[in-house]
Amino acid sequence: MDTKKTSLYQLHQDSKAKFVEFAGYQMPIQYSEGIVEEHKFTRNHSGIFDVSHMGQLFIYGREDLVDDLERIFPLDLKNLKLNHSKYSFLMSDNAGIYDDLIITKIKDGFLIILNAACKENDFKILKALLNDKYKMVLDEERSLIAIQGPKSVQILKSVIEGVENLNFMSGNWFTLDDHNIYVTRSGYTGEDGFEVSLTNEFADGFTRRLIDKGAKLIGLGARDTLRLEAGLCLYGHELSKDKTPVEANLKWAISKERILKGNFIGSDIITKQLNNGVNKIRVGIKPEGRIIAREKTKIYNESDLEIGEITSGTFGPSVNGPVAMGYVENEFSKKNTKIFLEVRGKKHPATICSLPFYKKSYVKGVI
Amino acid sequence: MSEVKYSKEHEWIKLDGDIATIGITKHATEMLGDIVFTELPEKGSNVDKDGTAGVVESTKAASDVYTPVSGEVVDLNQSIVDDPSKINQDPENSAWFFKLKIKDKSEMDTLMSKDEYDKFAKESSA
Repeated sequence: MDTKKTSLYQLHQDSKAKFVEFAGYQMPIQYSEGIVEEHKFTRNHSGIFDVSHMGQLFIYGREDLVDDLERIFPLDLKNLKLNHSKYSFLMSDNAGIYDDLIITKIKDGFLIILNAACKENDFKILKALLNDKYKMVLDEERSLIAIQGPKSVQILKSVIEGVENLNFMSGNWFTLDDHNIYVTRSGYTGEDGFEVSLTNEFADGFTRRLIDKGAKLIGLGARDTLRLEAGLCLYGHELSKDKTPVEANLKWAISKERILKGNFIGSDIITKQLNNGVNKIRVGIKPEGRIIAREKTKIYNESDLEIGEITSGTFGPSVNGPVAMGYVENEFSKKNTKIFLEVRGKKHPATICSLPFYKKSYVKGVI
Repeated sequence: MSEVKYSKEHEWIKLDGDIATIGITKHATEMLGDIVFTELPEKGSNVDKDGTAGVVESTKAASDVYTPVSGEVVDLNQSIVDDPSKINQDPENSAWFFKLKIKDKSEMDTLMSKDEYDKFAKESSA
């Protein structure tokens, strides 16, 4: 299969991107300034991320659809307001995670943002679960551009007036040069920012306007260091079919109302795990010194017993040191627990810590 | 003038008498990206030609550093351990990695000249 290109491919090339194949797409891993500079620019200014490889699934329907989706997602969708978003998961009967996603209530239905590597499979699963009852469009005609960092609101507002009024995890339709654009205030960096869904033919011109206003393109490399510092999960690393949302320490994303009632896919296991606890749980890990513990690094306790494994680890440019996440046995998951990480045959001390590693507040308004 | 040679693993080596100074090439740093961690061999240890003698890690991945010749480690550049970004800034001068007391000078003959290396680097990254 040929690798796919996003509508910004030419712009990436013009901006001297280094490319990498990711989920079947040619994506920019970094540009000429490098991951550390791109990371810091996003934290201090405004970074643009081409996330057009991600799935934009539109499902159209009314009350029936809300009922049917509540049998799939552990969310209180009946009370989700128009243009408001929730983080959730598509799960198996065993509560294993097929994908993590953002679902937004739009007029006439829902918009679900899916991971690139999972989107085709998600579509099949959802189509089957919904018995083909609703119109479902995995829209390849639209691009998705994220703009993240403290200056993003000023920059985006100067191009699309009104976006400054959006609250975190809410969105709306805007019109720019006769193009319909859906903007949500959300992101994956720990910074204030937006995700902009727009037609493919408009994506290049729109992004060049953001660049003219002072934003810079940022590659997938810095996207990974930013999300890791922010303590956010990456599918295929922290999340997989073998992990449940409770094990992933994401129970905040499960509606309390829905847990009481159950009746969603995986609810039996979720309820059981919430009542009885889990064997392994996701934690933040801070290695001492500068040693970087990457994915699959084994974790030991003070008695030299293996207690878990790293799922993501890198150098955090804003933390100015190594950061990691992983799964450990529940009894060793408490903050400040001393652990050891085996890197190149040697055991290095580290500490269980709370997430995120780097904290900035999202913009929240009065609802 | 002291002789500088290059290895296929993208190390440079400069020989002054029987002391060899070893680092990684500019081309290597460009391939690696931002270097954020460095591990050096132990002072006093003996390393064998083409064996691992350290690690560099970028934000993306870890890579081994190999020694192009055999010898005893007599000096280490602690400044690149304290601040690995120095390697990106000045890889072929102040950001050297370690110095060896070379065991067999004839091992230098197996390495590439500057011109040969530049050609090799260009071809291997094409």
